[in-house]
Amino acid sequence: MERLFYFLYRYRAFFTFLALEVFCSWLIIENNQFQGAKFFNSSNSFVAGLNNFSQGVREYFSLRETNRLLAEENAALRNSLEQRSHISLADSLGQKIDSALIKRFEFVSAKVVNNSVHRFTNFLTIDKGYSDSIKSGMAVISSTGIVGKVKTVSKHYSVVTSLLNKDVMVSAILKRTGHYGTIQWNGQDADFVQFNFVPRHVNPKKGDTIVTSGFNAVFPRGLMIGTIDEVSLADAALFYDLNVKLSQDFRKLTYVEVVKSNLKMEQDSLELSVEKMNR
Amino acid sequence: MSRVNILQIVSFFIYLFYQVLILKNIVLFHTAFCFLYVAYLLVLPVESNQITLMLIGFVLGFSVDVFYDSLGLHALACVLIMYARNSWLNVLTPQGGYDSNSIPSMSMNGIQWFVVYAIPMVFLHHTILFFTEAGGFDMFWFTMLKIMNSTLFTMLAIVIAQFLFPYRKRL
Repeated sequence: MERLFYFLYRYRAFFTFLALEVFCSWLIIENNQFQGAKFFNSSNSFVAGLNNFSQGVREYFSLRETNRLLAEENAALRNSLEQRSHISLADSLGQKIDSALIKRFEFVSAKVVNNSVHRFTNFLTIDKGYSDSIKSGMAVISSTGIVGKVKTVSKHYSVVTSLLNKDVMVSAILKRTGHYGTIQWNGQDADFVQFNFVPRHVNPKKGDTIVTSGFNAVFPRGLMIGTIDEVSLADAALFYDLNVKLSQDFRKLTYVEVVKSNLKMEQDSLELSVEKMNR
Repeated sequence: MSRVNILQIVSFFIYLFYQVLILKNIVLFHTAFCFLYVAYLLVLPVESNQITLMLIGFVLGFSVDVFYDSLGLHALACVLIMYARNSWLNVLTPQGGYDSNSIPSMSMNGIQWFVVYAIPMVFLHHTILFFTEAGGFDMFWFTMLKIMNSTLFTMLAIVIAQFLFPYRKRL
């Protein structure tokens, strides 16, 4: 026994090293899961406050760009409002639309206070939290494309897993042909994501639009992701290698919208019950 | 002694906040990152206990992680270089040994010695950091490119910082 203690004491530095490294590895693995460590991230109020200040300084450098984007979005919104009023006029004569379907998605605007695009796993922090009824798992979009999914939430801030994250997959459609696939980032260029699992018989072309499929009830259907920039097909491959140019420049994110999907629970539980039946 | 400690604590926070508020936003060519905070760990006193070194490395790495949303990643890399540091200093002992209370900074031992001391440490730190972040060796060459560029960038920043704020011979 004494020898054991002596042994432990003699190599105490090594054992401390081992303990710390194991602890760090555990943190890394735990944090990679969807809702890991709740407190120690940039949604805790002190860190987020500092980031908020830092973003406040940075914002002055992008005022012109932000103004232009907001003006464009205004115009687009006015357009769709116009169209909608026509439709509702037409609908008032015809059948009634289910009110639950109209209110299927709600949008909450939020400001980005912290953002990164250069790492393999990128996150951004936004200034809305559970006091604005934001929950983890909600979709985040911007006026020009999808952004990511909410990861953890504190009272006034949330951390969002960016689309530029190797572990994120989003179901998407090739708009022209209607074929499904999966969007995933390969960790290299912040302007491009990869569109996987498009089979050989499809004929994707450069410039084709990729939109969300709405299959997982997180993202609404038909949101812009980007356009195909490069098509390649290896000789023996089952699927195309498609490089998609993102419509949203992630370096310039300033304002985003969080999507509350009111029917997500219903869809998920229905699908889950079917899966259970099949087992 | 207490004055030294206070200086150490103050410079800990300066390095930390400089890293997470300013250097975090600076990335060159999409691959070169600057992790200047490693310099704080490198210039801790020569005679520090290995366990203390590792604990300081852990705390600093963990604090950086909280801001980077990458819990455990920087802490892992920092603890590793802190474990290796004293052995590496022993290898590099200058003629006549280190003075008592000395710190392994550039003003103590000259730029040549300092670069030889710091480059492998920074390289080791970045290797662990980027490969752990990449989650394996899938993108080996791209990750290597990141490591190389970041090592150069970080070293440049560390050497410039050492020129601007030389640690005095004895604190």
